[in-house]
Amino acid sequence: MGGYVLRRLWHGFLVVFGVTAIVFVVTRLFGDPVALMLPLSASAEQRAAFAAEIGLDRPLVVQFAWFARDVLTLDFGMSLWQRRPAMEVVFERLPATLLLIGAALGTAMLLAIPLGIAAALRPGGLVDRLVVTLGLVGLSMPQFWLGLLLILVFAVNLRILPTSGSGTPAHLVLPALTLALTPLARLTIMLRSALIEELAKPYVKTARAKGLSAGRVFGVHALRNVLVGFLTLAGWELIVILAGYTVVVETVFAWPGLGLTALQAIQRGDLFLMQAIVFTIAILIVVINIALDVAFKLVDPRISLE
Amino acid sequence: MSDAAPGRARRGAAILALAAELARDRLALAGLLGLVLVVVAAIFAPLLAPYDPAAQTVLARLRPPAWLAGGDWSHPLGTDHLGRDVLSRVIHGARATMLIGVGVVALAGTFGVAVGLLAGYVGGRVDGVLMRVVDVQISFPGILLILLIVSVLGPSTTTIVVVLAATNWMVFARVTRGAVLSARRSGYVEAAQIAGCRDGRVIVRHILPNLVSPLSTLAILEFTNVVLAEAAISFLGLGVQPPATSWGLDVASGRDYVFVAWWLVTFPGLAIMATVLCANLLASWLRVTADPQEREKRFARALAARRGRARASREGERTP
Repeated sequence: MGGYVLRRLWHGFLVVFGVTAIVFVVTRLFGDPVALMLPLSASAEQRAAFAAEIGLDRPLVVQFAWFARDVLTLDFGMSLWQRRPAMEVVFERLPATLLLIGAALGTAMLLAIPLGIAAALRPGGLVDRLVVTLGLVGLSMPQFWLGLLLILVFAVNLRILPTSGSGTPAHLVLPALTLALTPLARLTIMLRSALIEELAKPYVKTARAKGLSAGRVFGVHALRNVLVGFLTLAGWELIVILAGYTVVVETVFAWPGLGLTALQAIQRGDLFLMQAIVFTIAILIVVINIALDVAFKLVDPRISLE
Repeated sequence: MSDAAPGRARRGAAILALAAELARDRLALAGLLGLVLVVVAAIFAPLLAPYDPAAQTVLARLRPPAWLAGGDWSHPLGTDHLGRDVLSRVIHGARATMLIGVGVVALAGTFGVAVGLLAGYVGGRVDGVLMRVVDVQISFPGILLILLIVSVLGPSTTTIVVVLAATNWMVFARVTRGAVLSARRSGYVEAAQIAGCRDGRVIVRHILPNLVSPLSTLAILEFTNVVLAEAAISFLGLGVQPPATSWGLDVASGRDYVFVAWWLVTFPGLAIMATVLCANLLASWLRVTADPQEREKRFARALAARRGRARASREGERTP
């Protein structure tokens, strides 16, 4: 176990190093941070002073070493837009994003289990076909579009929920539902097919033959065996949402989380804040990945760590 | 196989059999037809669209679709805030979607398959290093990193294609490597090697054909991912730039008018959803059809369903 965790930590280090290298190459070699961050009206002296301040006049190797040091100490400099340390902004906005993601993924998981079971009970039946078709439609919907449609229906026409912003639980409903759709569709389809496969196995027949109730066969035997796969996919969904789709949904609903902040940082040319956000998310993803793998190993003895 | 004519005939027959099977699955057929429609719209957009998608008519701003009060058939899907024809913009938007979707899948697929073949066939240290790169890059914060890169490089269609390809090749490498590893252990690859085939020939003639079905399903699924990603990035203003058109971009510009003109966000979004749905329907059919095990299961299910129906009708519970 210890060796495994060490290997995963090394892998996580490589991920953060890879992100560092890519961000460095893109921002310093292909892009021009000075032109990006300073207004067009900045004078040549101001530009030169700013370039010296962030170390652009040094050799590339030195620049990279400084950059890596900053990443390791989580010091991404001052946000030009907010005039305070970039990490401060990140920590301030992160909870709202985590709340939104938690609500969305929780909804998706809670709904996926009954839907998946209902579909798997009668493969090819009416409920099954309905669930699969709706699942495919859900997978095909762009989230920003679904968000706008929900705003149209619930906020503009029915006037029962707020269009955007945050503050009350009612503000959370539409963004969480929007963000929940894709994971819900994928989790339901996955659970359905895993259950159908599991129910065809001989041990289910045995359990039925010896007279166990359908509820027990289902809930205790079959569902337990597919649950690890289900939770693994849910963990993966968490990472996918964190890695990007929350930006879209937060933008549509003006939800004051990290994703909306990332887009605002881009629009204002605030490269330092954007870097801080990207690295925070990268490190979060690494930590979540390791935590999930270790947790699954503890729960399910069938998983090998190799 | 060295004789070309019978080989071609056999392939022709196989394609015909596949087409017949596709025709039996109505949903998959609808998906294929839908995709064909999008391709046609993309290629012949200037001929099909009633107006220039950029032509502004100040006098006809925010006209509703034809079937609503105030709309007329000169603009079937209405007009936007600059008086541009929504239908023409939706037709032209197919171009960006197809260009970027197909371009990214082709680029990422070629690179990923090459890496996967190399890793799987050479093995050893090369395999270790390449797969480590794949593992590491898969854990990157996808869309966020793309947004950062695009904002630094400057958004454009070319940037989007390159960046999306650079962040989507890993799946192809993984699937290819897995298939190569299992094909390598098979008797016929060993036989080909013993018979003295060069590595290139073994890969192209004996290993690649095994990859066609998993890779074509994967390519369609990746296409849906790319279309959705492009739409999202364009929606955020970092993808396709005006005056070019893109469905994601049109939803974004319609967003400000969502309270007065619902059709501006509805139709381009519907186009995205329909395209992705068609691709998904086709992919789920292909996945089952190209996999012998899945085919068997499908056959068994159909049989069981038929029996169940027959029994039900005998018992008089349900009419057939």
